[in-house]
Amino acid sequence: MYKKVLLAADGSEHSLRAAEQAKTLISGNKGFIDIIFVVSGAASKEDVLHHASKEEINASRKESLKEIEMNFQNSDTDYQIHILHGEPGPTIVDFANKNDYDCVVLGSRGLNQVQSLVLGSVSHKVAKRVESPVMIVK
Amino acid sequence: MNLQSIKQEWFGNVRGDVLAGIVVALALIPEAIAFSIIAGVDPMVGLYASFCMSVVIAFVGGRPGMISAATGAMALLMITLIADHGLQYLLAATVLTGILQILFGVFKLARVMKFIPRSVMVGFVNALAILIFTSQFQHFVGATWVMYALVALTLAIIYLLPKVSTAVPSTLVAIIVVTAIVIFGKIGVNTVGDLGSLTQSLPVFLIPSIPLTFETLMIIFPYSLALAIVGLLESLLTANIVDDMTDTESDKNKESRGQGYANVVTGFFGGMAGCAMIGQSVINVKSGGSGRLSSLVAGTFLMFLIIVLGGIVVQIPMAALAGVMIMVSIGTFDWGSIKTIHLIPRTDAIVMVVTVATVVFTHDLSKGVLAGVTLSAIFFASKISKIHVEESLAKNGLQKIYKLQGQIFFASVSDLPQKFNFKEDIREVVIDLTDAHLWDDSAVGALDKIETKFEQNNIEVSYRGLNNASQQLKKRIGGLSKASGH
Repeated sequence: MYKKVLLAADGSEHSLRAAEQAKTLISGNKGFIDIIFVVSGAASKEDVLHHASKEEINASRKESLKEIEMNFQNSDTDYQIHILHGEPGPTIVDFANKNDYDCVVLGSRGLNQVQSLVLGSVSHKVAKRVESPVMIVK
Repeated sequence: MNLQSIKQEWFGNVRGDVLAGIVVALALIPEAIAFSIIAGVDPMVGLYASFCMSVVIAFVGGRPGMISAATGAMALLMITLIADHGLQYLLAATVLTGILQILFGVFKLARVMKFIPRSVMVGFVNALAILIFTSQFQHFVGATWVMYALVALTLAIIYLLPKVSTAVPSTLVAIIVVTAIVIFGKIGVNTVGDLGSLTQSLPVFLIPSIPLTFETLMIIFPYSLALAIVGLLESLLTANIVDDMTDTESDKNKESRGQGYANVVTGFFGGMAGCAMIGQSVINVKSGGSGRLSSLVAGTFLMFLIIVLGGIVVQIPMAALAGVMIMVSIGTFDWGSIKTIHLIPRTDAIVMVVTVATVVFTHDLSKGVLAGVTLSAIFFASKISKIHVEESLAKNGLQKIYKLQGQIFFASVSDLPQKFNFKEDIREVVIDLTDAHLWDDSAVGALDKIETKFEQNNIEVSYRGLNNASQQLKKRIGGLSKASGH
C-alpha cells in the first residue's frame, strides 16, 4: 500500500536504519523512494571552506549517502536523490507537503530533553507539520 | 546583461528581500558599532561604511543576496593606521583599497583564489575568530561582576531566544533588553557613548583631507593592499557560500570590481573599508533574501534607524556589544577543523596552525595568508620532488628493473643517481617510467647520466612505459648531454 515514500537522510546511523524501514514499506508494492538530503547554512559554510570546487562539494555530499544508495541498489529499490538547501526541519516539511507522499520516514537523533530543548528536534517538527503519515525510526 | 535578468535580480523576490533586508539591518547595527570600536573610530564610521557598502553593492555586486558592510577582518587591519595617523588617512586608504580591488576585478584575478589552499582559508577564518574574540578583552579590564553578568545575559538571550522564536534577530533583542536594564536600573557601566560620538545625519561627500604626496601614498599603500586582499578573500569565500546555499552561480570578477566601487564610494562618504560578511549573508539567505533588493533595503533601513534612534544607540552598554562580538567569533570559527585536525594530512594541519599563529602574532590577516600560502608551496614542492624507486630482478638475475614513480624535474633529480647501483653484476637494466613524468631538460639529463654510468660498466639500459609527452621531450633533447662528453 505504500508506494511513494520520502526518506530524509543525512548519512548518520539513524538515517541508515530509517532507510531500511523505508525499503521495507515499499517492498512488494513496486514503490518509489525519494531521498532528500538537506544542507543547512552552517553546513554550506563548512563545505565551501573545506572543498576546492563545486564538484568536490557535490561528491562529498553524495558520499554521505553512499551506504544508503548501495543498500537500495543491491535490493533493486527505485530511488532518487534530491539535495536541498535550507533549515532541515522546514525544508523537509515543504518538500513533503508539496509532493504528497504515502509516508515520510526519518531517523530520530535520540536526544534527551535538555538536548532537544537546546538543539531543537527535527523529527518532532516534521512529525507535527507534515500532512502525510510520518514514521520516526529510533 | 539583458533587461529581463536585471528585473529578475531586483524584483524577482520582493517580499522575501524586503523582510530579509530588515532583519539584516537590525543585525548589522550592533556589529557595525562594535567593529568601529575595534578599529578605534567613532561608531558613525562603521555605520556609514555599512550603509554605503550595502547600498552600492546592491547595484554593482556580482552576487545578489550577499551582504557587504563594515567587517571585523577589515577593522582589525586598520587599527595601527588609525592609531598612528588618524581617520583621514583611513578614509584615503579605503578609497585606495577600492581602486586596487577594481584593478583585481578588471584583470580577472578572482581565479588566483584557486591557488589559496583550503587549509589556509580555514586558518584565515579561525584566526579572524580568535582576533575578534581577543579584541573584546580590553572591555573587561578592571570590570566588575556586573559587566560579566550582562555579557552572560546577552549571550544567553542570543543563543536561547531562537529556540522560542526566530521572527526577530536574537542579537537585537539581547541588545534591547540589556540596554533597557542598564538605562532603567541606572547601572553605571561603559556605553557606546563613552567610546565615541554618534551624529544623527546622513553621510556627506568629502575628499579625505590628507596631503597628496608620495609620503602619504607610502603610508597608506601597504594598508590598502592588505585590506584589498583580505576584503576580496572574504568576499569571494562568502560568494561561494551564497552560491552553494542558493544553488546558483555568480560572477566573481564582477564581485571584485563591485567591492572596489563600494569601497571607493565608502571612503569618500566617511566610512571605513568593508567587505562581504559570511554571517550576515547566511542570515539574509536564511531569512528569505536572494535578490539585490535585500542588500539595498538592509543599507537604507540601517541608516533610517540610526537617524531615528541615534540617541538610544549611544546608551548601549559595551557589555551587550562584547556579547554580540563573542557570538560573532564563535560563529566565525570553523569548529569542524578542530574535530578533523588529527584526520587531515599532517602538512595541512601545520599550514592551518601556522596561518593562525602568524595572524595572532602579527594581528595581520594578510600576513597569515602569505605565510600559509608560502608554507603550502614549500610542502608541495618537497612532496612532489620525491621520486620513489622500486627495484626488482628478472631473467634469472641478469636483468634489473628500476620502477620510478613521481615527477622528474630539476628539483627532484639531484639525488636520483644515488638510487641506482651501477656496479652490480648484471647484463641489462630496464628503467620503468610508467608512473613517472619527465618535465624538463634536467630530467632528461639525469637519465642520460645514469645511462652513461651503466654503459661504462657494460650494462645495457632500456626504457619502458614513457608517456607521450615525456617521450617527445626525451627525443628532442635526449643524448645531448651525453654527446657533449660529461
